[in-house]
Amino acid sequence: MNNIQLITTIGQITAVFMFFMGVLSLAGLLTWVERKQSAVMQDRIGANRAKVLGLRLFGLFHIIADALKMLSKENFIPKSADKFLYQLAPVVSVFFALITFAAIPFGDTLVIGQYHIPLQGIDINVGLLFIFSMLSMGVYGVILGGFSSQSNYSFLGGLRASSQLLSYEIAIGASIVGLVMVYGTLNLNEMVYAQGEYLWGWLPKWGFVVQPAAFFIFMTAAIAETKRIPFDLPEGESEIVGYFLEYSGMRFGLFFLTDFLETILVACLAATLFFGGWQVPGLFDDGFRALDGTPVWALPSVAVTGLRVLAFGAKVLFFCWFLMTVRWTLPRFRYDQLMRLGWQMLFPLSILNILLTGIVILMLR
Amino acid sequence: MATIKVRKHKLNFLEKIYLPEIFRGMWITSFHFFRNLAFHFLHAIGFKQFRGAVTFQYPEEQRPLALRARTRHRLTQREDGSPRCVACMMCETVCPARCIYIVATEHPDPNIEKTPASFDIDLGKCVYCGFCVEACPEDAIRMDTQILDIASYSREGMFYNMDELLHPERHGDKILIDPKLPK
Repeated sequence: MNNIQLITTIGQITAVFMFFMGVLSLAGLLTWVERKQSAVMQDRIGANRAKVLGLRLFGLFHIIADALKMLSKENFIPKSADKFLYQLAPVVSVFFALITFAAIPFGDTLVIGQYHIPLQGIDINVGLLFIFSMLSMGVYGVILGGFSSQSNYSFLGGLRASSQLLSYEIAIGASIVGLVMVYGTLNLNEMVYAQGEYLWGWLPKWGFVVQPAAFFIFMTAAIAETKRIPFDLPEGESEIVGYFLEYSGMRFGLFFLTDFLETILVACLAATLFFGGWQVPGLFDDGFRALDGTPVWALPSVAVTGLRVLAFGAKVLFFCWFLMTVRWTLPRFRYDQLMRLGWQMLFPLSILNILLTGIVILMLR
Repeated sequence: MATIKVRKHKLNFLEKIYLPEIFRGMWITSFHFFRNLAFHFLHAIGFKQFRGAVTFQYPEEQRPLALRARTRHRLTQREDGSPRCVACMMCETVCPARCIYIVATEHPDPNIEKTPASFDIDLGKCVYCGFCVEACPEDAIRMDTQILDIASYSREGMFYNMDELLHPERHGDKILIDPKLPK
């Protein structure tokens, strides 16, 4: 391995490390956003009582207070529980939620001199398949959590969760096929490159533009995958107790964190697949250009990459806001409605979408 | 057995595909969100007439009460600061909870018959009926201090003596009404 490769690898590791830190901090921040946004939506003030040295900072210290509370609570393990699986379940949940972020391209290749640092954890040709397989593995955390607790309520919650997640994974997978057909690749970075092109010379060829139906199916199924309202039947903290009933302390906290990580993941996926990833309309490798291709504002390569990373962050934040709004607006589905929506509406619709996409592609050829 | 016919709202096509209704709901919530966010911001930079929330942050900020609300008692004062009370025992007599304890004594002014040597109210027993205020012929006792947070760690702490009732401000309580003039 020569010097250039070594420095490039170190640069990539640093960049991916910073991306993961960003994701984890955002997950922590989302616990605060969840409380504050719901409060502002409902004409309330929200958590603002945690005070450090007379400072309140709009209740931001509640993140630390919550984490401290979780860490200092008793870590209870039921007597008849399978100790190994019981302790494994939350870790599995968080692990598979986190590992998925490795395949998300959060920026273009960063070019500094002779070093070309890709801003993506792993650039694999089947990135999309990798993400959805890892997302499916997350079901194991849920099933194990429900199964190993040796509690009937947890067990039922785990069953509800697994059947819901399996049903909606089919709809998610089928809704993405249309995109794969349009862009002709499973590689996420190439998909984002393809979204930098223009339709009829002015409309960015974003996934939302070419596959609007797939976007709505994907978003619905993805919200169901995050196990949050309106699809929170696996959890239903207050009424229908869920698969993590027996968990306490930080183990419960890990399940809780998984929810927020999955929310960010769905936001990342929606931004990457349907809203152009790190692409900014009009921004090319050498700066901003007008629609006819004349340069308007030339920028150095590093600045362009920085702008693209910021654009990706802004899109992800927007979708986090959007998912929070959905979560605090809609009522919960009944279980039969949930199954009917998944199997009788989303799944056939996504198949129909594939069919129509295929016909259109054939006609345009 | 009678059967109850539940009338169900028949969904039309737009309602059946959910999406327009979902966006209608999200329009309402995000409208509230952005309006309140703007109001919170204006409130924070000094425009206090805008309030982003209906919340009153209670210990620091008390909700405004109606003036007729029956709150903690106070004894009104004469021009010279002595109690207006003439120890006629009307309030003690009318009190259904029997929580008022008055010891009468001679007043130095011959025009005034009596004055209380001590005037204690046991707020642990008081039912806040306001009969004492209505019975008083001298307008000497009132329940308009707007103090609601009456609490103590002991039963003795719920006893309020004459000095505390005459001068709540000396005992760390803020009253909003001029203690001298009852009118």
